[in-house]
Amino acid sequence: MTSRAILRAMVGFYIAIFLLYLFGPLLVTGITAFNTPTYPQAWPFETFTLEWFVALWNHRAMMEGLLNSVIIGLAVVALSVPMGLAASIMMNQIYARARGLFYLVTVSPVLTPGVIIGISTVIFWKDALALSDFTKSTFYNGLVLATLGQASFISAYCMLIISARLQRFDRGQEEAALDLGASFPQVFWHILLPFLRPALISAAVIAFLTSFENYNTTTFAILADKTLVTVIAGEVRQGTTPALSALAVVIITISLLGAIAYEILKRREEARASRILEAGRLADRQAKAELAA
Amino acid sequence: MPVSSRFVVLLIPLAVIAVFWLMARREAASRGPGHRGYFDRNGALLGTVFLALVGFWTVFLVVLPYLYMVVESFHPRLIPSKRGGPEDVLTIAQYKSFFVEPSSGNWNTIHLWAFIYTIGVSVVVAAFNFAICYPIAYYMAQSGTRQRVRVLMLLLVVPYWVNEILRAFALRLLLASKGLINQMLMGAGITDGPIDFLGANVGLYVGLSYAYLLIMVFPLYNAIESLDRNQIEAARDLGAPWWKIHRDVVIPYAKPGIASGCTMVFMLSAGSLAAPQFLGGPRTLWFTSIVYDFFFQSFNWPRGAAYAFILLVACIAFVLLMLRLFKVSLGETIR
Repeated sequence: MTSRAILRAMVGFYIAIFLLYLFGPLLVTGITAFNTPTYPQAWPFETFTLEWFVALWNHRAMMEGLLNSVIIGLAVVALSVPMGLAASIMMNQIYARARGLFYLVTVSPVLTPGVIIGISTVIFWKDALALSDFTKSTFYNGLVLATLGQASFISAYCMLIISARLQRFDRGQEEAALDLGASFPQVFWHILLPFLRPALISAAVIAFLTSFENYNTTTFAILADKTLVTVIAGEVRQGTTPALSALAVVIITISLLGAIAYEILKRREEARASRILEAGRLADRQAKAELAA
Repeated sequence: MPVSSRFVVLLIPLAVIAVFWLMARREAASRGPGHRGYFDRNGALLGTVFLALVGFWTVFLVVLPYLYMVVESFHPRLIPSKRGGPEDVLTIAQYKSFFVEPSSGNWNTIHLWAFIYTIGVSVVVAAFNFAICYPIAYYMAQSGTRQRVRVLMLLLVVPYWVNEILRAFALRLLLASKGLINQMLMGAGITDGPIDFLGANVGLYVGLSYAYLLIMVFPLYNAIESLDRNQIEAARDLGAPWWKIHRDVVIPYAKPGIASGCTMVFMLSAGSLAAPQFLGGPRTLWFTSIVYDFFFQSFNWPRGAAYAFILLVACIAFVLLMLRLFKVSLGETIR
């Protein structure tokens, strides 16, 4: 039994090292956000300060970038979720022989390096939008191009997420509705969409987050505009300031809160599910007892 | 207006769609009268909307940009007013320039070396990440309790909400010559002066590995998770030592997941821009950084497009070769 204990200690030790590797750099960055020196430094810790958070708040370019990031993110969600949904429905209906090629075309952007997606988006749309003066002046800008470039691969994520749930869709429900006289659009709106709701929500969340933190595609497609990430990239290239550490602290705090909220929700849901299960078992037992009596 | 050979690419998707349509017609004809057609099934309005959405995505956001980039790479670099003019001919000069430097006529050793270096480092990063993530994935999938696994999983995800650039920034703070690790090494008296981790590309390697840890953990976890625990018990009961259980039971079973994780990490690493830009040494040439410079410093788009295409083809070829070697099909990888 002692060898087992040693093994367990080793596993624990390994996990601790792994988590240290994962969190160590972020932790150190977090400390530098509260230290006074203008070069982000964790040690020696001079005085506690919040001035870098104020500097972050007053950083005009970053705030403009943040606004652009949110706009692009929402636009990507509005494009990618419907496109992913349509593609996953068509994937089910398309003729078997064509399915392989269709899958290859739609999934290829996931495997293509983001840099290449950005480049091809810019090269193509620059000429395509130059066909008329109106399209050139209205649509040829970083926000539109970044949205299009990101949507090309984020739609594939959405399609994969939605397809996974669609595979569990019970065709019998559709048949039943049709037999009862529902039309196909009615089946889509009242049965299929509610069934897909969780998948649609997670696709939207993932689409927004992916768009928000994308760098490789955006840095090419954004042209003269900027997003939060490209502003940060410019800052890091010029040198380092503790305001960036402050930003990292803000993001980590938000995501930790999100993670904790998710965990609490999940636990509550599980508790409810087990309570329902218990109630069901109890009812079952009672029914059997009555039957026996 | 650049109207030229470029517009020929428009015909390719049209041709493919026509082939699709013909295949669909033939198949529909052989299905018999009981089968419902596409518009019958979805209704005219929804059917049209689906078709338009999928068409816009696949044709205008995926196929045409790729094809157009490839066509652009077969053109000379010209000022905008000369595009579409008589000098705008098809040429392989951009691809030749990858092998032979146009100005001197010598081998283009700098770019060739950068290419080999990028591929080589990416392979090592994928292998290294597999080695350090496998124990974690195995623990989460087979031996951890459910609650603990979920907490661990949340912990793994949280750092990934912080974007790539800020993570590179965090590593830079640690590894810089004034950084914490150098302070610790000097404080402990192990070294006298700071070690130039960033100049020696240690920062680049750590940055790439750090950036794609999660990409490796999840496919591995998913693959190992579905392995029946009884198989491991059986192997153990029959007296197999732990390393043999992994070599002969777990790893063969998890092969699709391993292939998927390694493929993703390799592709992401070879195409990464943030780590080499922010953590690489000043003399390091990463292939995507070269492409970046063609676009933003020398404004040579055709050559940048050619290099991007070379990278894409090389990566795909390499991945397919590896999948063939390890006998895993592509369909199993993307899931």
